[in-house]
Amino acid sequence: MSADDNLMIANVSRRRFLMGLAGGSALVLAARWDVALGGNEKAQFGAGAMPGGWVDDPTVFIHIDADGLVTIVNNRSEMGQGIRTSLVMVGADELGADWDQVRVEQAEGDHSKYGNQNTDGSRSMRHWYQPMRRAAAAARQMLEQAAANEWGVSTSEVQAGVHKVVHRSSGKELGFGELAAKARELEVPGRNALVLKRDEELRFVGKETGLINGELKSAYPKAIDGEDIVTGKAIYGADVPFENLLYAVIARPPVYGAIVASFDDTEALKVPGVEKVVKIEGTGQPAGFSPLGGIAVVASNTWAAMEGRKALKIDWDLEAAGDNASYTSSAYRESLEKAAQQPGTVVRQHGDLDKALENATKRVSATYYMPHMAQAPMEPPVATVQIKDGKAEIWAPVQNPQATRDTVAGRLGLAAENVTVHVTLLGGGFGRKSKPDFAIEAASIAEAFKGRPVRLQWSREDDIHHAYFHAVSVDYLEAGLDDNGQATGWLHRTLSPSIGSLFAPDPKHKGEFELGMGFNTMPFSVPALRLENPPAPAHVRIGWFRSVYNLPHAWAIQSFAHEMAVAAGKDHRDYVLDLLGPDRKIHNLTVGDGWNYGEDPDLYPIDIGRMRNVVERATSEAGWGKSMGKGRGLGLAFHHSFVSYTAIVFDVEVDDQGELTIHRADIAFDCGPQANPERIRSQLEGAIVMGIGIALQSEVTFEDGVAQQGNFDKYLIPRMPDAPKTLRVHLVDNPGEAMGGVGEPGLPPVAPALCNAIYAATGKRIRRLPVGDQLKG
Amino acid sequence: MATLTINGERYELDVPDNMPLLWVIRDVVGLKGTKFGCGMSQCGACTVHLNGTAIRSCVTPVSAATGEITTIEAMADDPVGSKVQQAWLDLGVAQCGYCQGGQIMNATALLKQTPNPETADIVDAMAGNLCRCGTYNRILAAIERASGKEGEA
Repeated sequence: MSADDNLMIANVSRRRFLMGLAGGSALVLAARWDVALGGNEKAQFGAGAMPGGWVDDPTVFIHIDADGLVTIVNNRSEMGQGIRTSLVMVGADELGADWDQVRVEQAEGDHSKYGNQNTDGSRSMRHWYQPMRRAAAAARQMLEQAAANEWGVSTSEVQAGVHKVVHRSSGKELGFGELAAKARELEVPGRNALVLKRDEELRFVGKETGLINGELKSAYPKAIDGEDIVTGKAIYGADVPFENLLYAVIARPPVYGAIVASFDDTEALKVPGVEKVVKIEGTGQPAGFSPLGGIAVVASNTWAAMEGRKALKIDWDLEAAGDNASYTSSAYRESLEKAAQQPGTVVRQHGDLDKALENATKRVSATYYMPHMAQAPMEPPVATVQIKDGKAEIWAPVQNPQATRDTVAGRLGLAAENVTVHVTLLGGGFGRKSKPDFAIEAASIAEAFKGRPVRLQWSREDDIHHAYFHAVSVDYLEAGLDDNGQATGWLHRTLSPSIGSLFAPDPKHKGEFELGMGFNTMPFSVPALRLENPPAPAHVRIGWFRSVYNLPHAWAIQSFAHEMAVAAGKDHRDYVLDLLGPDRKIHNLTVGDGWNYGEDPDLYPIDIGRMRNVVERATSEAGWGKSMGKGRGLGLAFHHSFVSYTAIVFDVEVDDQGELTIHRADIAFDCGPQANPERIRSQLEGAIVMGIGIALQSEVTFEDGVAQQGNFDKYLIPRMPDAPKTLRVHLVDNPGEAMGGVGEPGLPPVAPALCNAIYAATGKRIRRLPVGDQLKG
Repeated sequence: MATLTINGERYELDVPDNMPLLWVIRDVVGLKGTKFGCGMSQCGACTVHLNGTAIRSCVTPVSAATGEITTIEAMADDPVGSKVQQAWLDLGVAQCGYCQGGQIMNATALLKQTPNPETADIVDAMAGNLCRCGTYNRILAAIERASGKEGEA
């Protein structure tokens, strides 16, 4: 980042950005002083605060060949969110490129060159939209300058059109390809000299295309990888071709922290195709991104390696796992439910809650449970590593290529610059591939085969048994209602093992970023409130799962708000709109959160008006209030996460046998400006389906520290019959706000909305996920 | 030793009889469009056609794969397969795309057998193919589009 230390280029909204340009000052520069951190701590937000920051140098991101082919570098990992299409589209639009003459190049993992690449936290577009616009605008202006020089005229007389620059008065034209070599020799214009396109000049950005609620509007511009995907040519982690490739699988400790006491590989080595057995050292607890350790079987093909693994005899030392070896989910749940009845660390409070509860006309209380889950991307973890001449090269589907580079370098004792990370397409990520453990494992095996590439393949059982699990959670809520059913007091205790336990001695309490995912930032206006976080120890690896702790927080809070409405005898929508209180903008620091998804609270306050708006939109689109038949009901939930706003209404039916039919889902979503609405819709559609699985099916349980589900026969995820019969996405056009996240915020309100709908249909309240067979009998 | 016909090409391969067809296709023949997802016929990512019928290659021993094997790589040359692929593109079905080869293979086999399926037939036939990204509504719409019926998503 080249801006002065004391300054930052604010992650300003598109409108403010363009207004600034129209007013003559090219960029909005803002000095920010975070008073909350104590006087003169300098703070940065957004992309600027991420490791590696942002880069907007056109020479890094845009290359134009003499024949006009435009190559745009995508620095973020593609895992289904469509960033290779959407971010490249942003650049192509600003540049003025013909979409049919654009290709994408995937950046290697290198923060120092490409800025932050950690594809996580729903950040890709919100952090890279503006740098990409600027890089492309700079490139376009260089092309315009080159044309002006060619014609001996002022740049004010020329203008870029689609893939060409035109001299206005004479109508002369030069193609981008013809200008490329000359343009490359020019100096890159400074940021103050950049003029971004006005909204009406854009061809792709913000334009609705594709399938919109069942109607095909237009398929242009085509997805970058679309054709490769449908023809089987797209390259995922296990698809990179190599000569002389070795294939490996690892037998890992069944319990987190256990180690190999002894092993016998005699039979394994007899399996045809098995070449070698290699012991992988773990690093103990906390594991962080390090391998769990175990025994690797290396063979001439994947199947031989798997067969060889079956033939291994391994004695595991479970003592080393400590009390993880007695971790059993049913007992753990009971212990958390008990702990939830005791006060915990107070993270936010106001008013006299005890008095409010004491004086309440009615008291409501409930305990909610959400189990461990595995991300289970369809592509299990896989990585190929080749170590040669003191250098390591990695080909892997990783969300965080820089962390992959650094951790592999650390494991091998190499300098990071001697490690190259090639990011393939990811066959789904959902947080699993934020952890580069599988690349480190592959590197550890490759050390035994210097010069030869080694591919480590995880089986589905490996993936589910040894996931970085979504934290199991218990949430206890209690509310006091007055004569009118209005809330006078709100107590919420949340208990989950922390992701912090992965990297440091178990903190047993949620960290700031975990609490900030919808717990202390909950939007309701209640006169007296206390939010507490009692302890909860971790016994397995806990990690990010799409939308992370927003899942249990939204599940509990949105279910409970419905329970309050029922207790008050009020309509759910009317009740929660009242509970939200007056439209206002909540600064995160005033509710005990110092994180705010890393974003500037002035640009990204929690905006109750926007929250209300999506609730009103989703409910009106769903026909809230209409009469429903017997066994049928509408359910609502909403949530603010990743600085975006989501509300969902489900229409469900439950028959006498307890069979659930999801007739329809209406999701309303406000992420501020929409770069590529088509992919936003697809993300929300997918979030609804994934969320249905969280509500109804998905659970990993442990007995004596061992995961009891290992494949899709027992770890259930949604199938086509589970999807809503009709699915409607309602995007709120809100270009004046700062851009919010898209990949994750669709997910948190799905489970509570579905369970609230089940209650509306049946009168049965679900407080334990997944629903499973709770509707039967 | 196994003799296989894949996408019209004949292969003489030195592989054990019980080796699953999936790994023969991927690791030995080198066609990478057929994916590994579960290894136990639970997800459908490995779906190929054997004599026109959709099978799960991850649980099919190579010795049982007698006849014409067709993989996703050959679908562009298949009149039904190419129609399905085009519908997938038109409706922007894929997110990560990893499962979509298997989805397309399964959908193509369905449409070959039942050119004008009812919605319930499609849902039934596709229930064995998992998509973690949750693209089911678009998959359904794309199959209806490929069958000549206007799809609702």
